[in-house]
Amino acid sequence: MNFWLELAIKTVLMLVVVLTASLVTIYTELKAGSHMQARIGPYYAGGRWGWAQPLADGAKFLQKEDLAPAKADRTVYGYAPWVVMMSTLAIFAVIPMGPDLVATKLDLGAYFLLAISSLSVLGILMAGWSSANKYSLIGGLRAAAQLIAYELPLVLAVVAVVVQAGTMSLNGIVEAQQATLFTVGGVEIALPFLLTGQIIGFGIFMIAAVAELSRIPFDMPIAESELTMGYLTEYSGIRFTMFFLGEYASMVGLSAIATTLYLGGYAVPFLPESMENFAGPGIFFTKVAVLVFIIIWIRFTWPRLREDQLQWMAWRWLIPLALFNIALVSVFKVVF
Amino acid sequence: MSKDISFPFLGLFKGMGLTFKTMIKKAPVTMYPQEQEIPVPRARGVISLDTEACTVCMLCARECPDWCIYIEGHKEAQVPDKPGGRVKTKSELDRFDIDYSLCMYCGICVEVCPFDALFWSPEYEYSEPKIADLLHNKEKLGEWLETVPEPPALES
Repeated sequence: MNFWLELAIKTVLMLVVVLTASLVTIYTELKAGSHMQARIGPYYAGGRWGWAQPLADGAKFLQKEDLAPAKADRTVYGYAPWVVMMSTLAIFAVIPMGPDLVATKLDLGAYFLLAISSLSVLGILMAGWSSANKYSLIGGLRAAAQLIAYELPLVLAVVAVVVQAGTMSLNGIVEAQQATLFTVGGVEIALPFLLTGQIIGFGIFMIAAVAELSRIPFDMPIAESELTMGYLTEYSGIRFTMFFLGEYASMVGLSAIATTLYLGGYAVPFLPESMENFAGPGIFFTKVAVLVFIIIWIRFTWPRLREDQLQWMAWRWLIPLALFNIALVSVFKVVF
Repeated sequence: MSKDISFPFLGLFKGMGLTFKTMIKKAPVTMYPQEQEIPVPRARGVISLDTEACTVCMLCARECPDWCIYIEGHKEAQVPDKPGGRVKTKSELDRFDIDYSLCMYCGICVEVCPFDALFWSPEYEYSEPKIADLLHNKEKLGEWLETVPEPPALES
């Protein structure tokens, strides 16, 4: 097939999937969140159950004027949402949703994921710096401090997975989780990494992922009660929509990474390999949905951390624990 | 389960259980335009006025914390009881307005009225598109009187 045609098809398909997934996530957050607070949430938009509420919100945001403060650095201010959005969308370029359903089969998939997902820090810092607003600046710097602190446990947790799988290719990691561990009465049993020694790693990864998203237990960069909206304070219209969609898309993205690395990606035990290209996306997105729901659930339950507690947790607990986890996994890898 | 078992982070997971239980339960919501909420007994909806009982003593207007009651009145000479007797005067109410855009529903006026001319009514549907229409005059306040529920029976 023509290279450019293939590229266009892949890009459009990925955009549709990712944006639909983020809209569904937004709706789930509106609806599940309100029921957790004994409310019913959106009800009238779209006729039934308020299913069209995220679309209506999006249309409302798009109508708004694209404002920029007089003293803002217009170029940087304009490009910041693009950087955040692109770094989020690029995650999905290497995530396998089936043995062959992957946009790019990279041998360095895990490395690419970590590199590209940490680019969003740059966009957030750009937004905070260029807004010419004290709230934005403090929010942007807090975000930078937080994201850099939690990038380390995230990377170290992934290193343990790479050690156990013996490859950095995401397809390879998924296949490593399908390898037969032991046989019970002639039935070959394969388990995802979550159940084969990566439970600490999974915990560290999920905590760090929620911190990377700067969602509620770790929402110091946004901190509505202190910083109005942090680095988002001055944004409106389409640029705010991009930040907003980007936040939910990266929620789906990080859940997708966690699914691939720890929950066996598109595979489930006892599913024949010939079925995986058809059933793969369904299985994959079910697992992603469970993780996304847990992130939403945490948001509506847990109290927030203070800025110093947040740093303390990353540097004093998660990073040593992640290093210990790598050592443990490596020892087991060598022994068995 | 009288003694709390405690180990680190137990509370966080208890909380997650609570939110999940709340999510599954039906939300206690009254779908307002389709369903009417039944006001609780002694609900403070709107203040009604018995114009016959009012003596224009101005106590309510003076006690009102945000001065939302406007009263005007005049005195009228009464016919003496006996021919040649002293001419008595009676206060007549000309204007009694409550500005519900200012009222904070503290109920001090109802408490302070010495002649039981003010009552709480549970009606709450009197929102207006224009803020000036929230000034209820004495005719409107008199109409609210019909919605005042019977007072509860005395305790024996």
